[in-house]
Amino acid sequence: MTVEEIKKDIVKTEFYTINKKIKFESGVEFGPITVAYETYGKLNEKGDNAILIVHALTGDAHAAGYHSEDDKKPGWWDTLIGKNKAFDTNKYFVICTNILGGCSGTTGPSSINPETGKPYGIDFPVFTIEDTVKVQKEVLDFLGVKSLYTVAGGSMGGMQAMQFVISYPEMVKSAILIATTSRLSPQSIAFNAVGRNAIISDPNWNNGDYYDKENKPDRGLSSARMIGHITYLCEEAMYNKFGRKLQNKDHYDFNFDIDFQVESYLQHQGQIFVDRFDANSYLYITKAVDYFDPVSKYGSLKNAFQESNAKYLVISFDSDWLFPSSESKEIVNTLMQLGKDVSYCEIKSPCGHDAFLLEYDVQSKIIKSFLNDHIKGDNNE
Amino acid sequence: MNSHYATSQGLHLNYSLILDMIEDGSRVLDLGCGNGYLLKLLKDKKKIKGNGIEIDQNGVIQCLEKGLSVIQGDIDEGLKQFTDKSYDYVILNQTLQSTYNPDFVLEEMLRVGKKCIVSFPNFAYWKIRFNFFFTGNMPKSQVLPFEWFNTPNIHLLTIKDFFDFAKKHNINILDVIYTTEANIKKGMFYNIFSNLLAEEAIFVIAKS
Repeated sequence: MTVEEIKKDIVKTEFYTINKKIKFESGVEFGPITVAYETYGKLNEKGDNAILIVHALTGDAHAAGYHSEDDKKPGWWDTLIGKNKAFDTNKYFVICTNILGGCSGTTGPSSINPETGKPYGIDFPVFTIEDTVKVQKEVLDFLGVKSLYTVAGGSMGGMQAMQFVISYPEMVKSAILIATTSRLSPQSIAFNAVGRNAIISDPNWNNGDYYDKENKPDRGLSSARMIGHITYLCEEAMYNKFGRKLQNKDHYDFNFDIDFQVESYLQHQGQIFVDRFDANSYLYITKAVDYFDPVSKYGSLKNAFQESNAKYLVISFDSDWLFPSSESKEIVNTLMQLGKDVSYCEIKSPCGHDAFLLEYDVQSKIIKSFLNDHIKGDNNE
Repeated sequence: MNSHYATSQGLHLNYSLILDMIEDGSRVLDLGCGNGYLLKLLKDKKKIKGNGIEIDQNGVIQCLEKGLSVIQGDIDEGLKQFTDKSYDYVILNQTLQSTYNPDFVLEEMLRVGKKCIVSFPNFAYWKIRFNFFFTGNMPKSQVLPFEWFNTPNIHLLTIKDFFDFAKKHNINILDVIYTTEANIKKGMFYNIFSNLLAEEAIFVIAKS
């Protein structure tokens, strides 16, 4: 290891306010919108070495580096973003924004509505993945990014990456779509619905108006997170992680307290989640994910991708049952039929859907090769 | 899946023969492209536009490292993502004998490719016959180095078998090259000597 690698890369979340109204897919015009974002590396003079990283359901703009020297945890995709990593910040200008409607700096239901001086709550307009991409485009324009060398994301991030190519085909040179789908299966919508139901059924949710109340819909939100978490793991991952092991005991207690390690783990995940996430944001963002369906919107997936000349890399994980490989293959097959340049890899992993955050070794190799080739290709032109 | 076939001089001979068959700038699909060696060669020497399909993750990564477009997939599942006659050439190099459904794979290749190049080790090669006759064991050779219990080559065939198959399925044989370790013989027609003397055959086939 070099000295440089040991030293923590300190990064800062920045904010940009779009001082105009943006027209949402629903027809509503909404603004102003403040967007939290982070950037790593330097934008070149031509403005064409930018990479947009798009986060998943509960992610944020802090994709890489540390916020301070004492910071224990780096950004959520720090294994892949940084100097000499897959998204090499020596070469590329990497941008990550917090999603519209989120609760980590970007305007969302917990933000103050300037007209009322109170949080929006459920007065916040329902938005779609297309709207979230529109907002990101505004940030890229502000930063002087002329074209995207690549747009990359896993899960919901993959949907946004896809939508970015569809909405701005002329701007994107390549897209990396990981553990994602072109539209949610009824099973996935069902899980989101149960999560939302848990929040809405919590009396503390109070029709979305809870920000100034002492009790927040924490139980609902943590249940939603627990359900979500089950879908991010898989049977094998759960066996490996917990088996049927008991939590700090060697016998059943014959009551309804926590017996099993898996129960304790889920409860813990639920509890830490309520400290960093807003229940209303969860409702809005899962809804945007459920609505995402370029197949119906454009008539077919083929029509949706028609205009793009981007190069694609699609990655799925064999143990991911939330967005299984078959759904990635559908995207790949469509792109092949259109004669687009596409590569596809199904990574073997025991980690389920979460693998896109964990399997950095193989992903690094694949992404690095894909991006490097891309450079060679450009030089040939 | 090229890795199922021993790397020998014969294999490199085979690559250069396939290279000679393909016109500059063709659209090529390489089924079971392994580490992408042939596809890269075709890209560099013949300026082809092409893709590979490979089942093995490491093979896929090696292809990506070479800058190739590659899809991880099982050719036994068919080529439904490809439209009819969308490639000038579809190559199945030393892989036919390790597919589960060779007839289906060939049918799919012929649908997608204007021309197809199929190569396989000839199980009627005299050394294999000799070996089998005298030892009574499943034959092994330089190009078929596996034991009966671990061989991926589950559908071994002979040159005669392929001619019979082509006739039965109305497949046009456009060209055949017979190779041995030292010799290359070109000829369109089957005769008893090619089936006996050729260690490997490369067919160019098509179906209208």
